[in-house]
Amino acid sequence: MGGKILLANIDVPGIRGFDVYRETGGYKSVEKALKEMTPAMVNTEVTKSGLRGRGGAGFPTGLKWSFLDRKTDRPRYLVCNADESEPGTFKDRYLMQHLPHLLIEGLIISSYALGVNTCYIYIRGEFKYLVGILEHAILEARDHGFLGERILGTDYSLKIFVHPGAGAYICGEETALLESLEGKRGNPRIKPPFPAFKGLYGCPTVVNNVETLAAVGPIIVMGGEEYAKFGKGKSTGTKLISACGNINKPGVYEIEMGLPVEDFIYGAAYCGGIKGDKYLKAVIPGGSSVPILPADLMLSTAKGERRLMTYESLADGDFATGTMLGSGGFIVFDEDACIVRNTWNLAHFYRHESCGQCSPCREGTGWMEKVLFRIEHGQGKLSDIDLLVRISKNIEGNTICPLGDAAAWPVASAIRHFRREFEFHVEHPEAVKHINHGALPVSALP
Amino acid sequence: MNKMMEQNNIVNHRQFAPEGRMVAFTPEVLQKVRQLIQRYPEGQQKSALLPVLHIAQEELGGYLSVDVMDYVATLLGIEPIEVYEVATFYSMFYLDKMGNYVIEVCRTGPCSISGGEKIMEHLQEVLRVKPGETTPDGLFTLKEVECLGSCGTGPVMQVNTGYYEHLTPGRVDRILEELKENANNNKPDGSSWVEKFC
Ligand SMILES: Cc1cc2nc3c(=O)[nH]c(=O)nc-3n(C[C@H](O)[C@H](O)[C@H](O)COP(=O)(O)O)c2cc1C
Ligand code: SF4
Ligand code: FES
Repeated sequence: MGGKILLANIDVPGIRGFDVYRETGGYKSVEKALKEMTPAMVNTEVTKSGLRGRGGAGFPTGLKWSFLDRKTDRPRYLVCNADESEPGTFKDRYLMQHLPHLLIEGLIISSYALGVNTCYIYIRGEFKYLVGILEHAILEARDHGFLGERILGTDYSLKIFVHPGAGAYICGEETALLESLEGKRGNPRIKPPFPAFKGLYGCPTVVNNVETLAAVGPIIVMGGEEYAKFGKGKSTGTKLISACGNINKPGVYEIEMGLPVEDFIYGAAYCGGIKGDKYLKAVIPGGSSVPILPADLMLSTAKGERRLMTYESLADGDFATGTMLGSGGFIVFDEDACIVRNTWNLAHFYRHESCGQCSPCREGTGWMEKVLFRIEHGQGKLSDIDLLVRISKNIEGNTICPLGDAAAWPVASAIRHFRREFEFHVEHPEAVKHINHGALPVSALP
Repeated sequence: MNKMMEQNNIVNHRQFAPEGRMVAFTPEVLQKVRQLIQRYPEGQQKSALLPVLHIAQEELGGYLSVDVMDYVATLLGIEPIEVYEVATFYSMFYLDKMGNYVIEVCRTGPCSISGGEKIMEHLQEVLRVKPGETTPDGLFTLKEVECLGSCGTGPVMQVNTGYYEHLTPGRVDRILEELKENANNNKPDGSSWVEKFC
């Protein structure tokens, strides 16, 4: 299997269609789960597998499922989060485009385990072309008896619907997503109550990422314990990493967790090294919201250990010297990349995407963008750098949803690790105006 | 059934919108919209708002005018304000008349470091418009958007929701030529929202 679980059959011609997918062993997990297992047994396998949410937070999936309120007689819902809007992340898109049935299969078993009869796939509206692919896969599954009334002759019934969003990063946050699915603005809800008790239409709801749910099929086929043998420590299994930036081979890679970061960046099977044989300057390893790390801290931890692609290793040293695995959106910067410009660019993103409900986020993201613009364009003051740190601290932890933190961390971490570069921008306004839009080559650093 | 007839009456009435434009889906599209509404539990028809607004924007003039939004509100049995609120929140909904082709260039970090800024500059030069503006012939509207989930194949832009990846200035020129040649077909990705839903 070569360490591949989700993408093991990605190269089989026609794998997007039902027949080929089925020939390669597809939907076996549904037969197994519905005919040989109780919902509780499916839950147990998922818990044993150690699978953690692939949407960003890495919360154990089995544990999340165990919170679902099963005592009520209200309907329960499963919502698949296919909003994928975190800059640097494009793995769910790849999975849905090439292996739509892997997702549908995962949705069926997960719904069965959760006692859900209606499941929605909330997909970002920009992925319009995928809506057709998913709808077609759903029809095929239904025509072959894997969806609809009395699946495979059992008394279990399930409907899956695709629901498009319409352009709003915040709708990836699970409660904003539920609001949006109810036909409202994507304003996150105050938690608690958590969706497990009061989610879609006020009913118990589980929200999981595409990649998380796609892993459930293989877990049921091979068994939770077998899946947990992949990976390292509490980071079990495999993870899809979408790699982009200044590398030779951008793309989506399935890695077994525990792969050294260095092998991922320089290995021929993965990123294939830095474009143009330049030096590695920095990496944002988990989507734009996680802290940026300079090359040395990216390749080894502050303790001098090799940095591995696991939740734990990437977080080693906390935010002082570590970062997060996040969504697996791996953004690589070469020696010519301007950290200030990139930080300003991302600040613009978060200002644009803030829903505006909480003042620290609404006002703070705007201020950070303005101050960063000033510095990037050679009009900054040295005190602006500390001002940015202060603003980011005032946002962090003071908002309804984690978008506030997501906006604060990139700024705080860029200053933490690249303060010299911010100072250089302030001290050499003429230079930054003319050199490559303000990009500062490492060689120019004092 | 009663409710359905009542709604149909309102629909007929709304056809004579203030602008004198006919605001109503064709029977086929209306059929599809009614099926979409059925996907959500009884009493939750408002859930269909986003998909229906996508269809409305595409079928009824390329943007959401007030009469189009009012029409959608009637179809779903909700207040017009509930539609305005939503239409103003999401970046894919346009409130003003757009060009035949809406060109949306990704400006976010990963695209920016792989050459997205040059693509934007090039488009501004050849179209002679700034982001947010429409060419005088009404053919192209240029816009900036945030990450399109295509960061590994950037720079990237969408034209009326169709993806164009690995852009270079030369490739952009060729795409523009092609679009001009097919100026009457405003669906370069070849399919409409209505067709997407089985
Ligand atoms: C601002 C923001 C954006 C998010 N965007 C996404 C997203 O695009 N896709 C996703 O799966 N999760 C996203 N999340 C995380 C979800 O809130 C949620 O934790 C996740 O869907 C849970 O699924 P998992 O447990 O399978 O990871 C986002 C969170 C925040 C705060
Ligand atoms: S933190 Fe920002 S995005 Fe989240 S609810 Fe508050 S204003 Fe909205
Ligand atoms: S940054 Fe342009 S598609 Fe992600």
